[in-house]
Parts: sequence; structure tokens; C-alpha cells
Amino acid sequence: MKYSALALLRGALSAHRNWVPAWRSPEPKPTYDVVIVGGGGHGLAAAYYLAKNHGVRNVALLERGWIGGGNTGRNTTIVRSNYLFPESARLYDFALKCYEGLSRELNFNIMLSQRGIVMLAHSRHDLDSMARWANAMRMNGIDAQILTRDEVAARAPLLDMSPDARFPVLGGFTQRRAGTARHDAVAWGYARAADARGVDIIQNCEVSGFLSGAGGRVVGVETSRGRIRAERIGIAAAGHSSVLAKLAGFRLPVVSYALQAMVTEPLKPALDTVVSSPGTGAYVSQSDKGEMVIGAGLDLFPSYAQRGSFAVLQGVIAATLALFPSFSRLRLLRQWAGIVDVVHDSSPIIGPTPVPGLYINCGWGTGGFKAIPAGGWTLAHVLATGRNHELAEPFQLERFITGRLIDEAAAAGIAH
Amino acid sequence: MASRRLPQPAGTWIDRSHPLSFTFNGRRLSGFRGDTLASALLANGVRLVGRSFKLHRPRGVWSCGVEEPSALVDIGQGARRTPNVRTTLLPLAEGLAAESVNCWPGVGFDVGALTGACAALLPAGFYYKTFKWPSWHWFEPAIRRMAGLGRAPTAPDADHYEEVAADTDVLVIGAGVAGLAAAAAAAGAGARTLLLASGAQVGGALSWGADPEVAALAASARQVGVRIQLRTSAFGIYDHNLVCAAESVSAEGAADLPGCVLRERLWKIRARAVITATGALERPLLFPDNDRPGVMLASAAHKYAQAFGVACGRRAVIAANCDDAYRLAAALAAAGVEVLAVVDRREGAAPIAGAAGLRVLTGATLTAVHGARSVRGCTVAPLGGGRGERLHCDLILNAGGCAPAVHLHSQAGGKLRWVAESAMFVPDGAAPGLTSVGACAGVLAHAPAVSHAAEVGEALARGGVPPQAPVGGAGRSDAITRVPGVRGKQFVDLQNDVLAEDVALAARENYRSVEHLKRYTTTGMGTDQGKTSNINALILMGEYTGQAPAQVGTTRFRPPFAPVTLGTIVGRRVGALYRPLKRLPAHDWHAAQGALFETFGDWCRPAAYPRTGETLDAAAQREAATVRKCAGLFDGSPLGKLEVYGPDAARFLDLMYVGTLSTLRIGQARYGVLLNENGTLVDDGIVARLSEQRFWVNTSTAGFERTAAAFEEWLQCEYVDFKVLITPVTSRWANVTVAGPRAWEWLAKLGFEAALTPGAMPHMSLRDSVWEGHPLRVLRASFSGELGYEVNLPADHAAALLARLWAQARELGATLYGIEALQVMRVEKGYIHIGTDTDGTTLPGDVGLARGVERKAGPFVGRRSLLRAAARDPGRLHLVGLVPLDGQTLLPVGGQIAPNPPPTLTEGHVTSSYLSPELGVPVALAMLKGGSQRTGEEVRVHHLGTIIAARVTQLPFVDPSGARVHG
Amino acid sequence: MMQLKCPWCGLRDESEFVCGGTTHLIRPDLSVTDATWGEYLFFRDNPRGVHLERWRHAYGCGQWFNVARHTVTHEVLSVYAMTDPPPAHS
Repeated sequence: MKYSALALLRGALSAHRNWVPAWRSPEPKPTYDVVIVGGGGHGLAAAYYLAKNHGVRNVALLERGWIGGGNTGRNTTIVRSNYLFPESARLYDFALKCYEGLSRELNFNIMLSQRGIVMLAHSRHDLDSMARWANAMRMNGIDAQILTRDEVAARAPLLDMSPDARFPVLGGFTQRRAGTARHDAVAWGYARAADARGVDIIQNCEVSGFLSGAGGRVVGVETSRGRIRAERIGIAAAGHSSVLAKLAGFRLPVVSYALQAMVTEPLKPALDTVVSSPGTGAYVSQSDKGEMVIGAGLDLFPSYAQRGSFAVLQGVIAATLALFPSFSRLRLLRQWAGIVDVVHDSSPIIGPTPVPGLYINCGWGTGGFKAIPAGGWTLAHVLATGRNHELAEPFQLERFITGRLIDEAAAAGIAH
Repeated sequence: MASRRLPQPAGTWIDRSHPLSFTFNGRRLSGFRGDTLASALLANGVRLVGRSFKLHRPRGVWSCGVEEPSALVDIGQGARRTPNVRTTLLPLAEGLAAESVNCWPGVGFDVGALTGACAALLPAGFYYKTFKWPSWHWFEPAIRRMAGLGRAPTAPDADHYEEVAADTDVLVIGAGVAGLAAAAAAAGAGARTLLLASGAQVGGALSWGADPEVAALAASARQVGVRIQLRTSAFGIYDHNLVCAAESVSAEGAADLPGCVLRERLWKIRARAVITATGALERPLLFPDNDRPGVMLASAAHKYAQAFGVACGRRAVIAANCDDAYRLAAALAAAGVEVLAVVDRREGAAPIAGAAGLRVLTGATLTAVHGARSVRGCTVAPLGGGRGERLHCDLILNAGGCAPAVHLHSQAGGKLRWVAESAMFVPDGAAPGLTSVGACAGVLAHAPAVSHAAEVGEALARGGVPPQAPVGGAGRSDAITRVPGVRGKQFVDLQNDVLAEDVALAARENYRSVEHLKRYTTTGMGTDQGKTSNINALILMGEYTGQAPAQVGTTRFRPPFAPVTLGTIVGRRVGALYRPLKRLPAHDWHAAQGALFETFGDWCRPAAYPRTGETLDAAAQREAATVRKCAGLFDGSPLGKLEVYGPDAARFLDLMYVGTLSTLRIGQARYGVLLNENGTLVDDGIVARLSEQRFWVNTSTAGFERTAAAFEEWLQCEYVDFKVLITPVTSRWANVTVAGPRAWEWLAKLGFEAALTPGAMPHMSLRDSVWEGHPLRVLRASFSGELGYEVNLPADHAAALLARLWAQARELGATLYGIEALQVMRVEKGYIHIGTDTDGTTLPGDVGLARGVERKAGPFVGRRSLLRAAARDPGRLHLVGLVPLDGQTLLPVGGQIAPNPPPTLTEGHVTSSYLSPELGVPVALAMLKGGSQRTGEEVRVHHLGTIIAARVTQLPFVDPSGARVHG
Repeated sequence: MMQLKCPWCGLRDESEFVCGGTTHLIRPDLSVTDATWGEYLFFRDNPRGVHLERWRHAYGCGQWFNVARHTVTHEVLSVYAMTDPPPAHS
């Protein structure tokens, strides 16, 4: 059933009884061609692209809870592709370009708002770092623009622009195509489109083991809803990647941490762009509902708890108030945490695992939401063809052995 | 006026001898001390307070507490503006100015009400189904303007906040009778006991009528030493039993507040045992137009009548789903509110003997509410259908049943179970570290609640196991919500305008899990956090999907229990106290010399000392030129300093550094670089040997804490048998650096001893010395490339030495110089700055330090990673010098080097760049692919669309033989 | 916010400490293969359960110690010295 204004009108006239399930809730079959473990954005996108790009429809997507309930439902909804290295730039900008057409492609409004992101420079060293960053983006063919102090002030009038602020704003740079998208809509849009093409989305289905065949090849999974056989299995489970890897008998260079985020009570529009301050670690935007959405860095100890430490929350908010002192009287309405899979170079792992037939998409750490279309596209490609997509080729597990890391965070500069 | 003030003795919480005046939407009104803004508005007959989020429906006061979804206002102006204030919690203050939110031009006539007219087109999730053509950007601005409630302040907060930590044996949250009983029992058993009351009174519901039992309980609690903290609301429980609470300190919104007040205080409380006595909320029934001003929670009307002396209406109809409704009817009648009827939704309920003359309809429901801005009446009918009867009421009270406030219990990881008889969730046993008593435990009857609470208090005080809660006393409430088969909007979530039919839609579209339901419909996502809607939503979803409420389950409860001010969470960590800047020991002296301070990492340091009218760049040029020609004075105190001492100190340093330090003679110094295990450069500095077992280690300014911590980690975790002590001494020693051809002449004028002359003390050596009785460690080293002395002396005397040196400067023609001039000079010399010319990918071989690696015999941190093939890749970036071909254009830092215009792969970037005062042309450092083989080549530097031609040169630019440094 | 019992200073808030990650890692010498070296540097068990890790009382005595902590409940099962053998949890 197509979503449209006309369909809404028909709904209005029929007390909205015209609508049909966005996806089915089928019983799992005993066998599929491909099984995807993990019903977040990356897994759902992979299921969709398997069907759409490769015609592989006999696919089951297994989610132990409800789809989009992990990091996809817990992020700060920011999309951007302002990365330094060409390998990353290509991957993330591919995702951003997909996002730009996604609402129409999926027939589901993902509320992509390309209101731009402004990265703040608080010192002359920051200005230099941002020049490198902006120039690197431009050399990769990605939009980037340096902003003067006054231009930054015009984009975000509530920023503390006083010269004796603890973190004075000296300027910044912007990627205009960056912005936000409604995270739930991305998950639901991909789910509905994948389901429409025949993918079985199986919720409340937890994988408890992998079935092995000849040569150690994976031949299926053991789940809370029975045994399911498949010759090709993809893992897209973010912070739980190591748990699944252990079931399959291998290790990953991943440590799982809590990443907190929070929203304030809703307000009339006061901030029209995304503001990010690498110097303080805070990033802020205002949702279409009017809530200020605030995020920062990790709780720095391994955790699967999906709740953050209060001390870290205090630090996040202190950083935010250092930038926006007028936010002090706003109220924290909701706070939560995801479980992020952090690897040393903050770049993803997309490709084969040591187990034949088993592929993985993980390691996105704090930056997975903006990359969902690319992660799904490339995971689908390797599941369908057995070969890495060229975008994913630099992001293999073996780079942790060869040392050819793609270290975006490091390249952004250590403090001097 | 439907609502009005009642005469005494009603209003036990207000003080009629203290009238207060306030304004609401510009209209001047009055109330009494002890009123909330809500009670004062009701007393003045004000029913229309705000507009709902989506449909802009008229709304009034709905509740009497934290669960208020509708009656929100903005108060104050400028730096004291506070948006989205709940009128039901705000104590009235003299001069308070409040205005309605989310309406324009006003709450009475709101243009936004047009959306209400299109409500049918705006079901839950409507925005996912449309707005795709041409794109969301066309519609977003209008939607954003319609969304949101209050207006954010535009000035920094005028007030401040603080944080206090408390440690106690037993913490009791909630000062109703159960909480008081538990606290008194705990303290009586010898425990240090802290009791939090969210309001200004203790006693909970019993205090509304000034029940003497409350006073008695409170007195006995105080007598046994319970510490009672009023106006302190616990909002979250965190790991290891940390409870956080927010205390309201100053009078919010009062017109006569001084310039800056302590507004709220954060409490961080660690308790051995936590008892929650947070009471119960009310679960409302749904019926058509159940959101109109004049429809309220039943307990709220009761509280307004007793505690605030306000009748919420003249003629009430009570929609009932519990026995308590009848007690309420009697209480209201006694207070002067006529009760037209109790309309009991429960089928087959035995009619409760109410007051004489009370009309009771059982198995019946409201099917319509009349009056859009204020209730004028309602229609009631039997449940199965049948004739409706119109009742001319002006107040509709919703007594749907009890909802124990299990939030903190759930936050602490406690489980819930559904009590079908009373249609409520109660704690299923205790949570780790937290026990519930009273109504929040599901113990609704008075006597059992008090006695169980006392038993729990005593048991926990003694470290024992508390007894199970005797759940019960709520009577029968059915798991019913909406009225089926009638027309009209039945609101589940008032603030976000979520209707019962939206829940049906969610079920129809398969957003069936409780989390999908919440996100799809936005139920429970308003400022009231679903306190009076979440349970109804899940009962409804159960109804639509054929599941019992327990099967549907609840969403996970997370902090905060109620919204908390951001400033409160942060306390005093704002402004200058947020990451306080570190200052030089002689900061004031530098300021007096006209220093231009900038922030470098966490340090406040002079970038330069500009003369009047001089720019920073011009000052740096002048300072650098003067240093090279004559001499300069620099404060290098932030440079990291460690003493590394012990029999294994030399061996240890060899393991840490790329270079070999164990071969240093006493008094000799060497430059060393540190890598991490992945082989990348993380820090550098000069290491000098003080004695056989003692080393003086300099680190970079920014890397000091990181390096000191890394050394400790290696010693304590890996080389655990080494006998080495690390002492950080950065702040103990100041570093006064004198550099330039006349540097020694300058020091000699102050009587520095002969052993320090350049002839006696070679470059890269260290001598202990004395000046005017102060111990010195003098290091002859240079980052500027000139003869240099780093005079380390006790920090307290830095200003004195600087002043004495400066007094001789004019005679020598010497200058003060800051960081910027130092950067200019070190770039002229091709010296790297870790973090500027290097990043976290740079290996020692990339910056010309490969020989140091090859020469080192033994292991060191990072060595194994340098053996990987990737480390020897000829395509790696190398440090090179660059000069512009035209000899004039300053090469931009961050400029990318590539032969072709974008989009293209790049070959490197410019890392440092300055005009060289020595050469008169711009010079730069860059990282360039294969750069060590490309000297003399021409390259193109791209910067924001412009291209500058440059040539690759050898380093250094100035004094390649190093004669100046060694002279 | 957790509390940890520093063996020297007693029970202190988590904000006084820095987590150093997995403990009991055996550092290989220079002769190992790239694969073994990479395993040591990067690959981790990352358990959803009891994790043996080390912490430093950075804003206190500065000493390192080992901790057995559950990564879901954050319960601290034991605190033991850097040189002690792993306890028998999980």
C-alpha cells in the first residue's frame, strides 16, 4: 500500500481503517537463503538491499527484541559525511547520498533535514585543524565551507560568543548537506520496504548459537524460536557483536561501551542547525518536536547496561552549558544510552569473518546511524556475491593485523 | 465562575493573611502564600490555561502535581525566563508573571487551533506517510514552528546552582504516612536516616486536611533523629545505590529576587538502604472529549478543596472505576462542591453506600462532554448503549483507579507484576538495594501501610531482610480505558493529543510492542512522561491485540522521574569553573607586561606581548627577530616535568623511549620521543640525568598528564618488579627560558655562576645551581634554534627572576616573547610539534627519526608495531619543508597537496606555516607522500578553492649547521 | 555512578577512577607474528558478563588495581591486586 497525502485523505474519511500492517509478523521458516542477525538500521537496510539490488528475497531478519530498539533508536539522529580520509569520505558520503533520496525510495518520510552541521573552533589550533578537515573534504568532492566567527553566530545565535568564554568561538566549518533524520523512520522505512519485497522480519527471536557444517562453514542458527538454516549469515548487531562472535567461535577487536544521549522538554524553534564542538565533546540539535537533543562522548568503561553513569551525564551537560549558557534553565526530559561497538580506529568492519559463510558489519562505534544505507548496501553485497563491495574493501578485519588502520579520530589531531 | 475560593477552614496549606499578586497573560490576579499558581488560577475562576501540542485544543488544570500534562506556562523574562513550568507545582510568589505556551496570538484565540480542525488528517504518524514531495524541507519549518511548547530563554541563566553529597544509612523517599513511619522506625533502630519530601509539607494526602496523625508522626520522626529535607524531589537512582534529588531553594519567579540567587541544589545521596514511599498516581478513564478544561483527576479536586481551599467547580460528576470515588464524593460534598452523580463504569459492582442523596449510576459511562473551553455538562448512558441523559455539571472528575508510582523501583532494576483485581502494576518484590512501602508498593489501606513501612524501616536499619508488602486495599478497578462504540476523541495522552484511535491505528499497522507504540504515537513522550497515560496506552494496546496488560508490558523506566533543570545537574561547573584554566605561576607579572593571553590546551599563556597597535602576527615577527639578533625571555613553566628515580630508572626509560637514555652521563641531556603500542608518536621531550638513579624528564605541555599516567601504568601493571618512582613536578618548578646570542650575557648580569657559561656547559646538558639562595636546575637546550637556557626554579620565585631579568632587558636590547614567536622560530628550524605536525597516525620514520629506531638495540614501547609492513610503506607521508614559489604567499595550514583539482586523492597537507623574519619569506612544514625523495619538486597546495604553487625543500630553513645552538 | 573500593583509599565514586580495560593480558615479545601482535593489541573478549579489568585511582592515590565487574549489572564482584591471579568468578 502506497503512503501519500491522498492515502491520508482516504484514511481521514474512513476513520483510518484503510491502513495495513507496515510489516508482517511471520513465523520463521526452517530454511532461508540468507539470515541477518540484528534488526537495527544496518540489518534492516541490508535485508532491503539484498532484495532490491540482488533479487535475493528469501531472507530472514532476526531481531531479539523489537526492530530499531538498539542503537538505531538511541542515537542523536545526526547524519553527515565530514570525514578526513578518502576511504571514509566515500563510504559516508555514499550513505548521505542514499539518505537524500531515501524517503521517496522507501515511500516513507524519514524526515531528512539537511539543516547543516557547524563544527566549532575554540582556538587558533582548532582553526588550523578545521582548515585541514574542510580542505580534505573538498578534495574528496564533499561540500565543506569555513565559517567566520560572525557566520557561526548567525547560524546559532544562542551560542556563547563572548571573547572571555571558557571555550570562545573563533570560527568553524560547516557541511551544509549534513543534518538530521528521524531514526525510527529510517528503521521502519527499511523494514516496511524489505517486508514488501518478501523479507521475513522475525522479532522476539534471539540467536543462541550457530550451526556448523562441513569445513567449519556456518549452516544456520539456533534461536529462541527454533532452528533456522541458511548458508549465508550476516551479523549486524552493533554493541552485541562480540557476544555473537563468541557463539561463532571467534573474537573481534571490539569493546562495547555505553554512549549516552538526552533530550530536553520541547520548545519553540531556537536552534536551526546541528552544532558540534570537538573541543568540549558536546553536540546539540533541536528536533522537529522542539526538544534539544544532546550527546557527547562515551562512558569510559566496558558496559552492556544501556544506561549511563550520572557523573558522565553531568559532564555532557556541563559541556553543553559551556557552549549554550542560556540552556541552563531548560529541563532534562529523557536520557538513555546505547551500547556502541568501539574499535581502535573508529572505522567499521564490513566483510567476511574467520567462519566461512558468516559475514559481519560492526565497529561503527559512535557513528553508525549516519552510515546505515552504506552499511546495509555493502553487507548485502558481500552476502549476495561473496565478494566485498569496493566501498567496504578498506574496512576488513585484517587491517588490525596489518596495521593499515583508517584512524579518523587520530587524524583529527591529538591535543597539543 | 465555575471554580472559586472556598471559605475557611478549607485551605490548610494557604495563609490568608498574606495575599500575593501575580499576572497571567498580562491579567492581574491575586492569591495567597501557600497557593500554587494552579490553585490561584482556579481560585480566580481561570479555566483556560493552555493549548495542547498537536491539535491546539483548549486546556486547563488537570491535576494537582507532577503528573500535569496541560497547564504549563512560561514565567519570567530574559535571563530569568523559565519555559514549560507546571502550574501545579509552582509556589505562588509576589509579582510572578506567567504566560500560556504554544498559542498565538493568545490562549483565548489561537490560530493554531486550525490544526484541530484538520485532526482527521493528522493521526499518529501522519508525517511518515506524506511530506515526501518535493521534500521534507518544504514542510519542516512550518511543522517546527507549530511544535514545541514554551520559548527558550535567550540570555545566560542569571541564577546559580550547587551540588551537595550526602551519605546515610537509610534513605526514605516520600514523606507521606508510610514514609514517615518507615523513617521513624529506621532512626529508632539506630540508623542515620534521611527523609526526602518533594513538597513543602510532610504527610502526603493526610496533610491536606491537617490530620493530627501527620503532626504526631512528623514529631516522632524528628524526635528519633530523622533528618527531614523538604522541597527535595528524588529523580533518579543510579549504579550502586546513588540517589539523585533536586532541591528547590529560592522562590521561583518572584519579582523581587536579587540579581543572582541559588535556585536549586543537587543532592547526590549514597545510602546503605533505600526505601521508596512515593505514593500512587491516579489512572484516568477515557471518554469522548475527556480533555476539556473542567475535566480533572478526582484526587486533584480533593486536594484543591482541602489543602488550597479551592473548589474546582460547583456541580461535579465523578466518572468512577474504583471504590475511592465514593469517599471522594462525600469529601467534596462536605467541602461545598455539589456532586450530581457518581457514574460507575464497573459492571456488576455492588453500589457503595454513599452519602445520603448521592446519585449513583452503575455500569454506566460518560458518552459526551459539552463545552469546549469549559465544561458545561455531560451525557451519561448505560455501557451497553441506550438513552443518554444530560447532566448539567461544570466539573468532571476522573477516578479511574490507582497507579502506584513504581518509577524508582523500576529504575533500580525491580520487576513489576500486574494486580488484575485493581488493574495496577505493583513492585514484584524488592529491587536491588531499594524497598517500596505504602501506596507505591501496592499497599493502599492505611493501617497495613503504616505498619509494614515501620517493619521495613526497622529491618533495613538492622541490616535484615524486609518483609513482603501486603499488597491490597485498592479494591476493585477494572482494566478498562475507553468507551467503545461512541463518537468523539478519547484522549490517552493529553499533552501530545494521542487518541485511543491512534493506539488502534498503531495496532493495525503492527507497531505493537510497547516501545513501537510509544514511538509511533508519541504517547508518554511529553513533559509529563506519561504518568497518567502510559498504563492506559498499554491496556488499550492489549485490548486491540488480545493481550493482558502484563503481556504487553511497560517501557523501561529511566531517570529522571520528573524533568530536572540542566543547571541543577551541573551545579557550579559552569563558566570559569568548567574545566578551569591553568595559569602560569607569574601570570600577573605577564599581564602587567601587556601579554596577550590565549588558551593552549588547558593553559592560559601569553601568545605574544604586542605593543600598542601591533597585531599578534606583527608582534610575533618582532619578538622572533629580536631573539635571533639579541635575546628573549620566555615562560616555559607549563612544560611537563617528571622526576624518575630508582635503581631501575635507566632501564625503565630505555623501555619507554625510542632513544637510549641509560647511556646518559650525569648532567647530560638527550631528546626523546615516546610512542604508543601501535607505534605512533604520542609525546616528546628532553631527558637529562641528575644522578646515577635520578632523571629529569620533560614532556610536552599537553602530553604531560598522559605521559605520566602511561609511565605509571607500565610500572604498576607490566614491569611490576621494577624499582622506580615517578614524581610529577610540573607545578613545583617554573621554567624561565632565556634564548638568543646574548642569552648568557643576560644571565651573567644577574650573577648566574660561571659553571653555566656556554664554554663550560655544552648544549644538551643540565646543571644544578643556585641563584639568590633558590635552587636551580638549568638545562641548556633550545626549541628556538638559538643559544638557550631553561632555568627551572621553584615556582614561587618565577616572578622575581622574570622581573630581575626584565629589568636588564633594555640595556641588552632583549625582548619578551610568547608562544607565537616560539612557533615561528621552531618552524624555521624544522622542529616538529607533536599534535600539530604529527597526528595519531605518524610514525617516527615519517618525521626523520628512523635512525633513532634503527640504532636502538633493545625493546621499547611501539617497536613491534614498527616492524609491520605498513610501517615501512614507501607511500607514507614524510615531514618536508615547503616554500611558496612566488616567495610571498603564506601557505595555509591545512592546505591539501595534490597535483590535480578535486575530486582527487591527495598527497599530504601543510601542518605549520609562518613568515620567517630571518629569511623574509614564508616557510612551512608539511607531511607529503614519499616526501623524503621529493626535495626540489614543485607541488600545488589547495585551500578552499585556491591553488598556491610551492617547492619542497630540505629542513631546517635557518642555521643548518646548528652553530647558533652550540655556540 | 558506580563506587569502587580502592584497596588503599576505600570506597570512592567512579569519577575518581580511570578504567584501563581488560587485565591479565600477556604482552608478547618482538618475535611474534603480525597476527599474534594484532591479537594482543586489538582483539578482546568483550564479555557480556563478568569482566576482569583494571582501574586506576587517578584522582586519589594513583594506584592501579584489578576488578571483577559484571558488564550488565555493574556489580563489582571483587577487587584484587595487580599481581594477584584472576579470581574464580563467572
